[in-house]
Amino acid sequence: MDNEPIISLRGIRNQFGAQVVHDNLDLDVWRGEVLGVVGGSGTGKSVLLRTIVGLLRPRAGSVFLFGQDALAATEEERAMIDRRTGVMFQDGALFSSLTVRENIEVPMRAIDGLTPDLRRALADLKISMSGLAWSAGDKYPSELSGGMRKRAGLARALALDPEIVFLDEPTAGLDPIGASAFDALIKALSRQLGLTVFLVTHDLDTLHATCDRIAVLAEKRVLVSGTMQDMLNVDHPWVHEYFHGPRARAAMAAKDRND
Amino acid sequence: MNGAASSLLQIEVSEQDTGSRIRLAGSLSVQTLSRLDAALRALPTRPTRLDLSAVTRLDTAGAWAIVMLQKRMTDAGSLAEIDGANRQQLDLLKTVAAALPEIPPKQVTRPGLSERLATVGRAVAGGVTFLMELTGYLGIFLSRLGRAVLHPREFRLTALVHHCQEVGLRAVPIVSLMAFLIGVVLAFQGSAQLRQFGAEVFVVDLIAISILRELGILLTSIIVAGRTASAFTAAIGSMKMREEIDAMRTLGIDPAMALFVPRILALLLMLPILGLIANVMGLLGGAIMSWIELGISPAMFRTRLIEGTGISHVIVGMVKAPVFAVIIGVVGCHAGMKVGNNAESLGRMTSNAVVTAIFAVIVADALFSIFFAQMEI
Ligand SMILES: Nc1ncnc2c1ncn2[C@@H]1O[C@H](COP(=O)(O)OP(=O)(O)OP(=O)(O)O)[C@@H](O)[C@H]1O
Ligand SMILES: [Mg+2]
Repeated sequence: MDNEPIISLRGIRNQFGAQVVHDNLDLDVWRGEVLGVVGGSGTGKSVLLRTIVGLLRPRAGSVFLFGQDALAATEEERAMIDRRTGVMFQDGALFSSLTVRENIEVPMRAIDGLTPDLRRALADLKISMSGLAWSAGDKYPSELSGGMRKRAGLARALALDPEIVFLDEPTAGLDPIGASAFDALIKALSRQLGLTVFLVTHDLDTLHATCDRIAVLAEKRVLVSGTMQDMLNVDHPWVHEYFHGPRARAAMAAKDRND
Repeated sequence: MNGAASSLLQIEVSEQDTGSRIRLAGSLSVQTLSRLDAALRALPTRPTRLDLSAVTRLDTAGAWAIVMLQKRMTDAGSLAEIDGANRQQLDLLKTVAAALPEIPPKQVTRPGLSERLATVGRAVAGGVTFLMELTGYLGIFLSRLGRAVLHPREFRLTALVHHCQEVGLRAVPIVSLMAFLIGVVLAFQGSAQLRQFGAEVFVVDLIAISILRELGILLTSIIVAGRTASAFTAAIGSMKMREEIDAMRTLGIDPAMALFVPRILALLLMLPILGLIANVMGLLGGAIMSWIELGISPAMFRTRLIEGTGISHVIVGMVKAPVFAVIIGVVGCHAGMKVGNNAESLGRMTSNAVVTAIFAVIVADALFSIFFAQMEI
């Protein structure tokens, strides 16, 4: 890991009308790590993700991506940043008028010199890597199940082999075997490609299996961040309940069995 | 961008007696893929060693190019070996090789004569099925209507009133304006022609017969088809898209009773009224224009109207209204139920519904004309 964080948030404030979602939020993500972001429903995990990828401008604070001030970036700089990041939205957000393969080819069109054949071959590779059957490439998003849409969303997010991927609840709605395979895939890609992963999740198994570090969102800021071991020792009531509840114990037992 | 990309990647190929040696340096990524792939594809099939020790970045695209080279060499009975890769890179190559999709070759079928005939046949069969389905929906509507008469408690009066307001009341301004202008146009054009024969006064007959018999109800139906068929399709279709119709079924609510009956019945009640309004407004427009253009006073227009035009013209016009109403309603509801689970099909079915409804109304009007002509009404 470098000394400089790849994502750095300082003093972020997000607000919808009178409702303050984030206030004075700080967060650092290091290159090559898998950061799990947890928090209750409606604590603003998705909003935080949208802030970092530039879909939502915070009321106050600064966002640094790759050491660059993303809020002050020109349009071209922003486009370069976007090319180095990939986002998988909570429900896939695939383009409904394109097939899965065409969806994955969309970001590749921005690269000079990629012939249609190469694009197609790469898209097929991404489809297969994300765990979809190759025949899914010709299907339209409406013809896929929820879990398949997630995988297709991941394949599109990884189309350009970005340096950071943002995943919003990637394993929600997947069957347990599929979810474990997804965890393994994310872990393997992060190790082999040096990929940094910003992962919003409610899935305790995913946290155990893939995350190097965990950030807890509560009270409008990042309450604590650290390894799983650190989390177990935090004595904030919500955090304690989260990591010591019955589901957490089951996930921990599963992890111990696997190790 | 291209220049930057090529400086990111250096490829040195040296041919030796024992085989080819390729030294790759820099970034093997999706940015440089086209150059890398072209260079690797150009290599002859003979034992090859790839030196990756100077590679700074290897992503799945770069790994794919290398794996494809290895696959090509192995298939040709040769070998491509890799030197100087670190563990991560070897892992990545392994992952990509494992994920390499096994795509069976596509069977290319050239469209022959039988293929084309089959296409035509499918189109015809599709058209017949469509007509059968429409008839089926008409049957569903009638049976549910009968059920509503027998079990009035299942009928939704509130919904009916709501749709009457949407379909009828809100269409009054546009229908009135349209009919008024049609009357004006007819009077204007008619007077210009009839004046040549000194038969100005017959403009009243011209206006009255064409509006009462044909144009009033036909143009009203076309406007209502555009407004209402699309609204039915959009409303029912978006419920279908979000599985609300399925939810209704599981909750024991009959979608036909809850959605079709109030809508089609509202049309059935409102279209004749709208047609009457259109008739009145058309005559009004014609009368005003005749007064201005030809000096036919409103009183004279009225006398001529009552003397020259039989009530049968009004009846012939109004008889068509319920038929047009059912056509528009059934087409709109049917198209709504045909919406799939994506937004695109919603848009497609909505515009389909409008086109089909207008077309069907005009066809029905033509059939009516032939029928009345044969019956000499
Ligand atoms: N566009 C918006 N307009 C108004 N309020 C919004 C908007 N987007 C989000 N919010 C509010 O911000 C809060 C955080 O929403 P967010 O979607 O980030 O929750 P979350 O942590 O991702 O929850 P979940 O785990 O259920 O996905 C919620 O209270 C939501 O009502
Ligand atoms: Mg969310």
